Parts: sequence; C-alpha cells; structure tokens
Amino acid sequence: MTAMFELIAQNPFIAALLALVGLALVFGALLGYAAVKFRTEGNPISEQINAILPQTQCGQCGYPGCRPYAEAIAGGEAINRCPPGGEGTIAQLADLLDVEALPLDAEHGEEKAAASVAFIREDECIGCTKCIQACPVDAILGAAKQMHTVISSECTGCDLCVEPCPVDCIDMISEEVTLQTWHWELPSPTDPLIIASDRNDMSSDKDRAA
Amino acid sequence: MLADYSILLIGAILVNNFVLVQFLGLCPFMGVSNKLETAMGMSMATTFVLTLASACSYLTHTYLLQPLGLDYLKTISFILVIAVVVQFTEMVVRKSSPLLHRVLGVYLPLITTNCAVLGVALLNINREHDFLQSLFYGFGAAVGFSMVLVLFAAMRERLAVADVPEPFQGPAIGMITAGLMSLAFMGFAGLV
Repeated sequence: MTAMFELIAQNPFIAALLALVGLALVFGALLGYAAVKFRTEGNPISEQINAILPQTQCGQCGYPGCRPYAEAIAGGEAINRCPPGGEGTIAQLADLLDVEALPLDAEHGEEKAAASVAFIREDECIGCTKCIQACPVDAILGAAKQMHTVISSECTGCDLCVEPCPVDCIDMISEEVTLQTWHWELPSPTDPLIIASDRNDMSSDKDRAA
Repeated sequence: MLADYSILLIGAILVNNFVLVQFLGLCPFMGVSNKLETAMGMSMATTFVLTLASACSYLTHTYLLQPLGLDYLKTISFILVIAVVVQFTEMVVRKSSPLLHRVLGVYLPLITTNCAVLGVALLNINREHDFLQSLFYGFGAAVGFSMVLVLFAAMRERLAVADVPEPFQGPAIGMITAGLMSLAFMGFAGLV
C-alpha cells in the first residue's frame, strides 16, 4: 500500500491516469445505472389513443396533429374534438378512457358523411404552392408556377388545402369505391356484441385496409 | 452574507453577463434565438444544467483534482462532468416529465457544447469560489444567459418582419443587434 502511494507520488502521470480513469468509470457506472433505472417505453395510453385517432393530421382539434392530440387527451383534454373521426372515434375513446362519450364539439368542425379526397381542377391551378404548404401529409405534388395535383391515395380528406387556394380550384370529392379500396364494413364500435378488448384489433385492421 | 450572494448573482446576470460581456455561449445565442418558443426551451434547459454542472465540477475539482495536485486536468475533467450531467439530466427528465422532455427535447444534448457551461466551471475555480458561491454563480450565469437569449429572440422575431435593407438581412442584422445589446449591457459596468 505504502509502496503504491510512493509510486504515485513519484510518477504524477500515474495519479492523473488513475484519476481520469476513475472518474470515467464512476460516470459510466452512473449513466449505466440511470439507463436501467429511468428506462422509458413511451406513454402507453397516448399510444393507444393515437391508434384510435384517424391520422388525418388535419389539426381541426387545435393540436398540430393526431399524436399531439393523443398526448393531450392522455393529459385530460376533451375527447370530442376530432371531426374526421366523428362519433365512432369518440365512442372508442370514451370506452378506452372510461369516460362519458360526448357529442362532437361543433366548434372544431362537423363530421362528414363519407370519406373524401381533395381534387385539384388542374386547368385553373396557377401553381402558387399554397396548398402544398397547407397539406399535413404531403399528398400534393407540384412546384412553383407548375400545376399541382393530389395523390389521392395519400390524401386524408382533411380540407386544409381548400381554404388557402387563391383561385378556389380544389374540390373535396367523395372517394370512389374500387376493388382495391372496398372492404367489409366494420361493425359499429358501439355495437354491444363486441367486447372491449376486441376493439383495438378492429381499429388496427381498419388502418391496414385503408 | 445575503448581500454577498446577491452581489454575486447580479454580477453574473448583468455586470459580467456571460453572453454579452464575456462573449461565452454565443452559438446557442445566435442559433436558437430565431423563435421565442425555442429560446424559452433552451433557456430552461441551460439554467438547469448550468447550475448542476457548476456544482458538480466544483466537487470534482475540490475532492478529486486538488488533493492529487492535478489542477492541469480540470478542463478535460469538467468536459466529462458536463457531458455526464447533461446525459443524466436527459434520462431523468425523459422518465419523470415527458412534457418537459418534449419542450427541452433537442436542446438538452446541445448544451454539452455550450462553452458558457465550461466557462462557468473554470471561472469558479479561478475565482476560488466555495460550493455555495459556485452554485449561485452558475445559477446567475444561467439566468443571465436565459434573459439575454429571450430578449434577443423577441427582437429577432420583430426583425423578421421589419423592413431591413437587403445587405443586412438575416444573420447580419442579428449580429448588429447583438452588438448593440452588448453595448447596452456595458452600461451595467459600474453597478457592483
């Protein structure tokens, strides 16, 4: 022991080496411990809420997208602010969170009867790119002073591009049912025959089909 | 006693403001001051880390480096300490408050390279502060940094819509504004 201290006293670089290595080891152990102790796997409840929301990213709820709204709901926000999802989504959310299903808040918009996609009347488009900037899912293709068009398979029908268009050449048309898009109508989420635990699977099936 | 600490605080916040008088931490000052919101996030993250890092580096210096006579290793040790504090803080914040983590988000790791943090740690040693003084000095420096960052962000938000002559647009007018702010802060020189 004394010999070791003598060695360190005579060779200052050994002390320096030991100090730095020691420091690094202690800090490494601390971080390793923290990584185990403070492990997070995301907020599961907001994940589940996000899975129910329609993922239109339209922002009609007042949040910048579906995930922020899902996190806000997890934090206690009202569940009736999602017009694209409508009553069905509200019922699922009410069921998941065990709260009362409220009618859709009219302040944030009204539920549309059928799913629709945006359609640009291309002759009238002046190529201003305003709708491209408004689109939350990048479903509009085009460049400045070139005609724009909507990739209908990407369009979520959120209406956000209609308002900024200076020449009003965007229409919302109801989606045509083709062989690719047709699927069995899902049972209503409020159907008492389905037990609650089935519903998440149902909604993820729907996501895959759509 | 109390007067000493308040003088230390005011000195760090106004008189020797780290950004505008000592010119430390200029990268985040120019980099994240485009929007008030990001400036607020950065300020909060920096305040937290700077206070913690100045205390930790003081402890490292007093109980490890000084007894071994390794004063010359303080820069590299402090960098190590700061990196660990930042990383640790990020983990704890992510676990304990996801909301705060979203606000601070990307700014937390950026603080590692904020030279004001290292500057405070080194100045604490140079000025022979004790533990509490180090803590207060770090906190004061952070408050000064936050205040200046938020003020500057507010100005840049106005500059963004102002009619700036073409050669001065963008970062150029930002630099000029920062210089004028720095001049204004020179006015605090006789305060303490």
